[in-house]
Amino acid sequence: MRRIITATVLNRSGVLNRLTGLMTKRQFNIESITVGHSDEPSISKITIVVQVEDDRKLEQLLKQLHKQIDVLKVKDLTEMALVARELALIKVITTPETRSEIKVIIEPFRASIIDVSLENVTIEVTGDNDKVEAIIELLRPYGIKEISRTGLTAMPRGTQKTVYNLNQFSII
Amino acid sequence: MKASWVAEEEKGKVLKMSGADMLMEALEKEGVDVLFGYPGGAVLPIYDALYKKNIKHILTRHEQGAIHAAQGFARVTGRAGVVIATSGPGATNLVTGIADAMIDSLPLVIFTGQVATSVIGTDAFQEADIVGITMPITKHNYQVRKVEELPGIIKEAFHVAQTGRPGPVLVDIPKDISTSIGSYKPANEVDLPGYQPTTMPNLLQVKRLADAIVQAKKPVILAGAGVLFAKAEEEILALAEQHRIPVTNTLLGLGSFPADHPLFLGMAGMHGTYASNTALHECDLLINIGARFDDRLTGNLAHFAPKATVAHIDIDPAEIGKNVETLIPIVGCAKHTAAALLRESPTSGDTAEWVYQLAELKNTYPLWYKNEGEVLKPQRLLEIIHEETNGEAIVTTDVGQHQMWTAQYYGFAKPNRWVTSGGLGTMGFGFPAAIGAKIGKPELPVVAVTGDGGFQMTLQELSVLQEMKLPVIIVIVNNQSLGMVRQWQEIFYEERYSESLLPVQPDFVKLAAAYGIEAASVTTEEDARAKFAEALDSKAPYLLDCRVASDENVYPMIAPGKGIHQMIGVKP
Repeated sequence: MRRIITATVLNRSGVLNRLTGLMTKRQFNIESITVGHSDEPSISKITIVVQVEDDRKLEQLLKQLHKQIDVLKVKDLTEMALVARELALIKVITTPETRSEIKVIIEPFRASIIDVSLENVTIEVTGDNDKVEAIIELLRPYGIKEISRTGLTAMPRGTQKTVYNLNQFSII
Repeated sequence: MKASWVAEEEKGKVLKMSGADMLMEALEKEGVDVLFGYPGGAVLPIYDALYKKNIKHILTRHEQGAIHAAQGFARVTGRAGVVIATSGPGATNLVTGIADAMIDSLPLVIFTGQVATSVIGTDAFQEADIVGITMPITKHNYQVRKVEELPGIIKEAFHVAQTGRPGPVLVDIPKDISTSIGSYKPANEVDLPGYQPTTMPNLLQVKRLADAIVQAKKPVILAGAGVLFAKAEEEILALAEQHRIPVTNTLLGLGSFPADHPLFLGMAGMHGTYASNTALHECDLLINIGARFDDRLTGNLAHFAPKATVAHIDIDPAEIGKNVETLIPIVGCAKHTAAALLRESPTSGDTAEWVYQLAELKNTYPLWYKNEGEVLKPQRLLEIIHEETNGEAIVTTDVGQHQMWTAQYYGFAKPNRWVTSGGLGTMGFGFPAAIGAKIGKPELPVVAVTGDGGFQMTLQELSVLQEMKLPVIIVIVNNQSLGMVRQWQEIFYEERYSESLLPVQPDFVKLAAAYGIEAASVTTEEDARAKFAEALDSKAPYLLDCRVASDENVYPMIAPGKGIHQMIGVKP
């Protein structure tokens, strides 16, 4: 199953290496990982999208991440109400005929063209995975030259439903 | 010296000193009185600072010897073993010991030299990325980037190594950090918001366990090394006696419960006793205290404790539920938890029949071997060592047959006398570990039980033994083979002894003589006893080459992939 996990970590050298290293060592498959500063420069926020087999594996992962000295907090956001976004840059081959067509296609996605040359345009799109996948599929027939994706970053929504499934994580 | 800088600090003056001197100050502040190490280019400034100090340094003949010695020291004293090695090969030679300490939770603080910060990353002479290399095998590690950071990092390193679930912490110090002068500010507190080990148990869970104890007809306590680290032996004994619960040990937990106690079942696991493994298979309540359900204990997980409610007490939450599904998880140190459990469980379950049943099994199916013929049996050898030392010596081993025979037949009467490489299973561990153990506990007799294979991996430390005149007795259980490999080849590979026989060996007696160490080679029970007694009396280094039956196997045994109830080689 696919889980979205955030880790709040001390911004010390090697901290990303520690987390990815432990996930490699314990055979967790990282789908994407994003890192950035939080509101405090000494603290970073890491968002990991990961595939795990079952609840027990998930619990192991959360505990192992938490065990790292530089990790302050670990949260599995998957079951929570959350906002999750990634940014993708897509370079599409264009001809004078297709250029306006592409413009129309990307509009409902609230994507924008951020670079234009004679042979191609670069499109910036932000959204959850499904949205990014959808726009890529729509643009594919025109010929995609290059894609660069940031991976997901996420945050729980300000308002949450009050019931959480906490039964197996009570001992952390 | 100390008083003067404290005074100066109070006056608001700042003391200037080199990084190497700061390291020495910080080590003294931590109460470190012995270091295990090996010098080299990148640690020259550190060794120069050490020259002026009154801290004992054990110069082993290989860095691996230094770290295993530090492990032995840590195991018997409960304090962090401190290691120094130079950059590059010095540091990489420590890797086996670091991994060993990590998996067996031994507190170590390791200082490695590093090339100067200006050339890090340029593949400079004797450069190795030891921080990267040891990241997965340390509890935490550091590279010092500013000289002023040193006291704080060292304080943290000792704190992290020795608290919670202990483990190795490595501090990498570039050469220019050692030489550069900075203002020295002693670190008095650690600030680690991400590291707050839980030692006090959740009372709700403790009460659940207390209820389970009342309900249980067939409870068993599995005591692991966590009991020893927490010094919880008395509490576990009280708990077992109060509720009449039989106790079994993991390999590393041996000594946490008196071997001669009527409630003790022996070691459990691959080469455990029939009573222990049957207890684990049949129990209705399994109370794991400070063990990590290692695969050599559990065998095939599908058949492990199938009828039991599992309670797991561990200071490391990540161990709970990792291998075995746990109904009653308790995060906390063994001592506090056992004490809380004693308070919270006034009533016991009715275990009389279960205790009787297991005592019967213990009597009917004890550990056994055929003591026949002239040739010395290795099991008998270990019994003799037990008898001569009353089970009170510190005994160290490597990994393999001699390790299992020691675990089975030595019979540890007291805690913290058993030093072995459990999780990693490191050949060559036992002898250097014995050196560290003797330095840590000079008042106790120390016996290094090794195999003829493992001893040849770290025998260079004979120099240290002789130099320091340490009365360590080396017992080589010499079966002229890599015994456990040979045993598996006999049982599982149709006796194809591929590269496991060592017919050509040095004359160990002459080898010892070359180092100036007394030695003897024995082939019979009588000689073994006489020479061992002589060695014990001599209060000097001694090597005893014991030529034992070379075809002897370790039994009983759970074959790999089999369940804990499928033992072979049980006494008929």
